[in-house]
Amino acid sequence: MQLFPCPFCGPRDETEFHYGGDAGNARPDGAEVPIESWTNYLYLRSNPKGTAREIWVHMSCGEFFVMERDTVTHKVLSSTALGGEHAA
Amino acid sequence: MTRRYSALSLFKEGLAGQTGWKQAWRSPEPKPTYDAIIIGGGGHGLATAYYLAKNHGITRVAVLEKGWIGGGNTGRNTTVVRSNYYYPESVELYGLAHRLYEGLSKDLNYNVMLSQRGMVNLCHSTAEMEIGARTVNAMQLNGIDAELFSSEDVRRVAPIYNFSPDARFPVFGGIWQGRAGTARHDAVAWGYARAASRLGVDIIQNCEITDFIVEGGRCRGVQTTRGAIRAERIGMAVAGHSSVLATKAGFRLPINSYALQACVSEPVKPILDTVVLSPGCGVYVSQSDKGEIVIGGGLDRVPSYAQRGNLPKLETVIAGLLEMFPIFGQLKLMRQWAGIVDVVPDSSPIIGPSPLPNLFLNCGWGTGGFKAIPSGGTLLANLLATGKHNDISRPFDLDRFASGRLIDEAAGSGIAH
Repeated sequence: MQLFPCPFCGPRDETEFHYGGDAGNARPDGAEVPIESWTNYLYLRSNPKGTAREIWVHMSCGEFFVMERDTVTHKVLSSTALGGEHAA
Repeated sequence: MTRRYSALSLFKEGLAGQTGWKQAWRSPEPKPTYDAIIIGGGGHGLATAYYLAKNHGITRVAVLEKGWIGGGNTGRNTTVVRSNYYYPESVELYGLAHRLYEGLSKDLNYNVMLSQRGMVNLCHSTAEMEIGARTVNAMQLNGIDAELFSSEDVRRVAPIYNFSPDARFPVFGGIWQGRAGTARHDAVAWGYARAASRLGVDIIQNCEITDFIVEGGRCRGVQTTRGAIRAERIGMAVAGHSSVLATKAGFRLPINSYALQACVSEPVKPILDTVVLSPGCGVYVSQSDKGEIVIGGGLDRVPSYAQRGNLPKLETVIAGLLEMFPIFGQLKLMRQWAGIVDVVPDSSPIIGPSPLPNLFLNCGWGTGGFKAIPSGGTLLANLLATGKHNDISRPFDLDRFASGRLIDEAAGSGIAH
């Protein structure tokens, strides 16, 4: 069992967390969004081998946050609340 | 010198002290140019090379593998072969693979030990029985063999299942495919490698791609740890590492890589002669010819490139297994491992041209690539030879994510991944 750090609750079991996608994948805005932008936003993923910046949700407290993680070693590099405050 | 495998050659070699067996495939030095390069020496890559040579007469072909052939997901799956899918496009795709598997041992002159022992997807409620009936109807309409099993039918094929009145997941029936079964996974890789090598294909192991050679906006070859190798047609079949290569080629794919784990018990005497899948327990299980109980389940929920599974998922899978078969409570687990699978939002593969001209894709099989090896190879070979789709591969093009014509087979695996 790996422990993930929730910026609000501290280290908790990995089973309490759910993966929420790439960090920084912003929804396209505006009236005329080209189809490539929608495809990019909805489907295409960076899926990096190595350091990844990801959105996670701690299902116990319901908070979303950004976790930086190595996808090969599973080492957690940082865990930050969305907006930047409450860094653990 | 024994080149062809048969009962007679086995007998003769027995008399001659087993001295005449030849190496099954050549290990040549890479040439500077080929007509086609295939990246990835797993089942799909090796099958592609074989069908390029056999169906299209293109034999100046190299298969480049960063490790050893069949050492990735081809050697890590639970060896199930089936075609019990819902949509007509999927049925064409997996049906082709299933038919090719049935003739594969003869075609390759290599025993892949296909054992069509049948498979049952269990239904645990009246609602699941209704969905089961719908699936069976769809499969029959699409020309795939399927039968709706009653609880009694399931008891007949899997009497050791937990049929007690207080079972957490009682059996109302199931979806039966009699032609489904298992095959020897290593033999599929080795058989394709041997057959392709004999047709002139170069299989080059320990040769990792470091970059693509792009000239005039087209892919013209690859840089590897064993030097530059050029070709006008390049295919990639690298499963969980598809995004890594796509990044080198300058595009992104609708793929997340996850670890899918499996495990086997110590070998025991024959007790389970079919494949059983329980969506409720999240487990599929069969018994290998050696006697091991082969157990698989859902994905680890953490995106990963580490070829090892995590403990919480293993615990879930084993708990599910014991709910299905309390008799297995005494078994000792012998090995546990994981492969990195390329998961796509609609759980269907991506087969077709990539955004980089001359580079073609065979990826996105997610948790179920083994059963599709013969068709994945046939279709990528066709793309490399002709540059065009055929009717079977067309629906699986990467463009479906822009057009919205997804083929959602989320239920096709039978497990909520």
